Amino acid sequence: MDVLYFAWMRERIGLPRETVETTAGTVMELVEELKAREDRYAMAFSDISALRVAVDQELTDFDAPLTGVREVAFFPPMTGG
Amino acid sequence: MRVLVSDAPFDVGEETNAFAKGHKDIGAVVTFTGIVRDLPDDPLVAMEIEHYPGMTEAALSKIATTAIARWSLGDALVIHRHGRLVPGEMIMMVATAARHRRDAFEAAEYLMDYLKSRAPFWKREITAKGSDWVTAKAEDEDALTRW
Repeated sequence: MDVLYFAWMRERIGLPRETVETTAGTVMELVEELKAREDRYAMAFSDISALRVAVDQELTDFDAPLTGVREVAFFPPMTGG
Repeated sequence: MRVLVSDAPFDVGEETNAFAKGHKDIGAVVTFTGIVRDLPDDPLVAMEIEHYPGMTEAALSKIATTAIARWSLGDALVIHRHGRLVPGEMIMMVATAARHRRDAFEAAEYLMDYLKSRAPFWKREITAKGSDWVTAKAEDEDALTRW
């Protein structure tokens, strides 16, 4: 599964995208797996209320299932316009 | 409907003329243009806009499609730039065409409210002192409850 990071999430993780081998059933389980990897992940995901998530390019919640999902993206609240 | 996400500048006059032309059943066209504004206390060198290619176009198309259906619009246009912009440059525009002005105004406000907090763009302000990500405002999120 491809995991993408944008804005300050990209800066904190240190890369824009990576391929992750995971058996996580939900976004939250994936977050826990990533947090367990390294400090920079634990720091970046320390307050998920400050984050938004998109699954296959659709905004969703952290309890969303990951079955059959190709792409998950994490980013701060959007500031368009 | 036209949705354009690009790093290139656009001409708001040309875009508005092209958009307004050729509709005989349209009595009202409303346009809104967003411009990079300087900061009062800490002059802005540039604004950098990051986006999520693919999702951005899909999100904007969904927002515009919803507006067209809800206000029975004849047409809708959304242009949004990304990359590095300097104060005074145009960031984005929306245009709506409807039979009557109230629908055109309301639909344009809806497009603006949604693309501010539901389209995947992130702004970064660069000043002489440094740079920082623009923080989303609670009032922008609250604005969606109106719809």
